[in-house]
Amino acid sequence: MKKTTSGLAVWKILAGSFLLLGLVAAIDRYSRGLGATTNLSDTFPWGLWIGFDILVGVGLAAGGFIVAGTVHILNLERFKPILRPSILTAFLGYLLVIAGLMVDLGRPWAIWHALIYWNPRSVMFEVAWCVMLYTTVLALEFSPVVFERFKLRRAQRIIKSIAIPLVAVGVLLSTLHQSSLGSLFLIIPGRMNPLWYSNILPFLFIISCVAAGLSMIIFESYLSSRVFKKEIELPLLSDISRVIAVVLALYFTVRVQDLISRDALQLVFQPTYQSVLFLGEMLVGVVLPFFLLLSKRMRASKTGLFYSSLFVILGFVAHRINTAITSMEQWPNKVYVPSWQELAITIALVTAGFATFGIMARYFPVFATESPSNEKRKSLRFEQVVFETSPSDSAVPAIGKPE
Amino acid sequence: MNTPMGLLIDITKCVGCGECMRACADANGLPQEEAKQLSAEHYTVLQAYHNDEVFVRRMCMHCVDPTCVSACLVGAFSKTSQGAVLYDADKCIGCRYCMQACPFQVPRYEWSSLIPRVQKCRMCAERVANGGVTACTEACPTGATMFGVRDELIHEGRRRIQEAPEEYVDHIYGLTEAGGTSVMYLSGIPFEELGFPKDLPTEPIPQLSWRVLSQIPKYSVAATVLLMGIHWITARRVEVARFEAEEERLRLQEKIHERHGNNTGKGGESR
Repeated sequence: MKKTTSGLAVWKILAGSFLLLGLVAAIDRYSRGLGATTNLSDTFPWGLWIGFDILVGVGLAAGGFIVAGTVHILNLERFKPILRPSILTAFLGYLLVIAGLMVDLGRPWAIWHALIYWNPRSVMFEVAWCVMLYTTVLALEFSPVVFERFKLRRAQRIIKSIAIPLVAVGVLLSTLHQSSLGSLFLIIPGRMNPLWYSNILPFLFIISCVAAGLSMIIFESYLSSRVFKKEIELPLLSDISRVIAVVLALYFTVRVQDLISRDALQLVFQPTYQSVLFLGEMLVGVVLPFFLLLSKRMRASKTGLFYSSLFVILGFVAHRINTAITSMEQWPNKVYVPSWQELAITIALVTAGFATFGIMARYFPVFATESPSNEKRKSLRFEQVVFETSPSDSAVPAIGKPE
Repeated sequence: MNTPMGLLIDITKCVGCGECMRACADANGLPQEEAKQLSAEHYTVLQAYHNDEVFVRRMCMHCVDPTCVSACLVGAFSKTSQGAVLYDADKCIGCRYCMQACPFQVPRYEWSSLIPRVQKCRMCAERVANGGVTACTEACPTGATMFGVRDELIHEGRRRIQEAPEEYVDHIYGLTEAGGTSVMYLSGIPFEELGFPKDLPTEPIPQLSWRVLSQIPKYSVAATVLLMGIHWITARRVEVARFEAEEERLRLQEKIHERHGNNTGKGGESR
């Protein structure tokens, strides 16, 4: 026990300093402007904040709509235990995307203009509306957790009555949003390396976000189980990992077919900086986890699942960053390296995500119905769950006591 | 006067004197200084090629169907009936998608400003609206820059190529590039050797994203129907399963009742 607390303390200090550094960088960015604090330029108007904070942030939030759809639309109730954590991840992801936007936009105070000035011909218009609407949907999807915590029964009932249409709208908006991030790049055929530019980018973005969103569920279940000392939902995660393997296979096939149809496959084997990055992205992020997940032993082990999902996530991050940054580096013949401020703010946003998830999971019923073996817990009043266990203690044994 | 106007820049006639740049800076209140690259403070620049013998003037191409106009989510860009592509800083939120989207990479950003704007050539919209020509055209001593009705400029370009085919590449750059531009070029040297983007589609570039965007309404309706339909079917299945389980339970209970009589029946109920 003691060892864990000191381990947590180290993490807390680390997280605190990341957040502090990010704050310093943000103050610097707002007081001196984008030019002085970033390595963005006329030839590289988009950098790490778009490539990572926005594209990756939204993509990794995909678990939210997939699990919500699985539980409420497909009615596969046994996936319920991972519903709330997935929704929370997605909600936090979108909030962080908005935070990232506020730093990246040249005129963040004018962001509300998207509400009143409309241009339906713009992919960015679709992106903006998807962010606004889906963040609202996620807030509503997550609200039962808050209502439950504060015993707002009436509000709970109201949300429950609109749950199905809400989830359906969420799935619709998500598919639109995930694909639209790929569509953003359709308009720049000449600038991007053919290894990444494709007219099926919207489709590729959707397939890859499914693999990444599902991997994120495994990744974070593993971490949560360690931090909160709770049991991991191994059978559920193992099933999810099969879906990931199928999606990876589909993604690989579509990606290679696309390269062949555009006569770009030979670029993969030319010894260029881009081809190395492409191969890294595909081999480490797609092929390796696919073969890992084919093995039953890997799928049945916590660590096997964790590392497979980690590789998928890394490959996903690489794909988004390569699309938004690497693929453009050939055109202005300029290499973009983010400034310390860009890095610090990005790291701070990721840290804020993990920290908020931890805090929410501790004080709100995010994992309240997590394990089928703890059926009896459902009959417990929620206040008992939260208030009769001190935060430093692990939640599970305390709840088990009444038995 | 709402005829689409344009510029025809004859690279063979340009001597690189830089009068256009100075006139442009004057007309737009920009600093007078030499520059080789477009920037927020230089709407037009001359770039030298072939041992400083060939000069190419860079500026906004004022596309016929501009990518920036289609890309901007708040509609800060507009194409006037006279051909100029204009930017409205009061609408802009600073996402810089226009800079990313432009096939000629023209829009420039005021990176050092805390209230940054996008900057680029405005084709002297006010002067042209009052029946004038652009400042750069007026300043050009050799006639390398010509201002006029776009259709007439195309005729003029064709005429020049026809009259001196040995002097010109048989192509008016901007006639079809990116769906056509209001600023067009004639050259004696292949355009790709002069840093002009080649292989640009001849259809307007906004079409590339519109093909996807235009499907959204259809997709949304179909997807909603599909999702609700799936839910209807799966929910019914859950309901049926629950009903059957309940029936099974009742049947078992009855059996227990029959076998043990009324007293022990209650014990069987509460498992």
